[in-house]
Amino acid sequence: MNAPQNLQPDTWTVAGRTFTSRLIVGTGKYKSLEENAAAVEASGAEIVTVAVRRVNISDPSQPMLTDHIDPKRITYLPNTAGCFTAEDAIRTLRLAREAGGWNLVKLEVLGEAKTLYPDMRETLKATEVLVKEGFEPMVYCVDDPIAAKQLEEAGAVAIMPLGAPIGSGLGLQNLVTIRLIVEGANVPVLVDAGVGTASDAAEAMELGCDGVLMNTAIAEAKDPVLMARAMKAGVEAGRLAYLAGRMQKRRYADPSSPLAGLI
Amino acid sequence: MSDNPTLVIQVNGEPRRVADGLSISAMLGELGLDPRKVAVERNLEIVPRSSLDEVAVADGDAFEIVHFVGGG
Repeated sequence: MNAPQNLQPDTWTVAGRTFTSRLIVGTGKYKSLEENAAAVEASGAEIVTVAVRRVNISDPSQPMLTDHIDPKRITYLPNTAGCFTAEDAIRTLRLAREAGGWNLVKLEVLGEAKTLYPDMRETLKATEVLVKEGFEPMVYCVDDPIAAKQLEEAGAVAIMPLGAPIGSGLGLQNLVTIRLIVEGANVPVLVDAGVGTASDAAEAMELGCDGVLMNTAIAEAKDPVLMARAMKAGVEAGRLAYLAGRMQKRRYADPSSPLAGLI
Repeated sequence: MSDNPTLVIQVNGEPRRVADGLSISAMLGELGLDPRKVAVERNLEIVPRSSLDEVAVADGDAFEIVHFVGGG
């Protein structure tokens, strides 16, 4: 009698590109490129973040990321990790665009090494310039609904607030502000950074985020490939729970078995 | 005059000597790099891949040659 509620696949779209997986994974900190590729496969991710770095001139025959993770099959999202000024980030992404040939990028401009907290003044400045130059920046930012709005107005194609500091694995520290950002945004919102385990990813999705981006939680797990699977399941579970609409919380118990007919 | 004049350039922050008259593509080839897998910045300006064959390396040029590596 009950037809399935969602006959269409549950997809999300950023800057005109549509994806099924809501999990974006990083490609840093893995023991080997083989392990990295296996984790990406297990995660089901369709987008991976990558860094832009100098080639090793003294050993140009070193194995390359592109030999293990096929950029034709998986969308490479170049990042600006390690950039502390708008200028550095813009320069990095211009190179990334030339290396990859696409405009979809991840912008992050960091404020300090200790917390890797975003510098929002520089981030906003970089967003404006990048948009003018035809980039489509997905932007790492503070979990501040006002800053998120300003980025969106500047042309960010996705808002990516931190759940907790990069690489900390502390889980989402401020559910209220993440939720406010989701409610106010007209572009996809993805929690970027801070996820430590699968329940954190589920929590982000239950808040209504469009996706989650993570690296360390998978790469530093004892078994990264297994954790990648867990994250895939966590993101999917959280998404389904969000779509299903959770029950209201009560202060006291409410029995699940009927009271009528008790012997 | 030497028969084989060389230029002094910077590649990723390191000084290097290369033969005069090379295109950027040819320089990449000498470094063992595949031009399709890297991006090149010359004196802070991007060199579009389509013009790597045409642009000649000049004395004193500073190049940044980058590619994608693992990152979060």
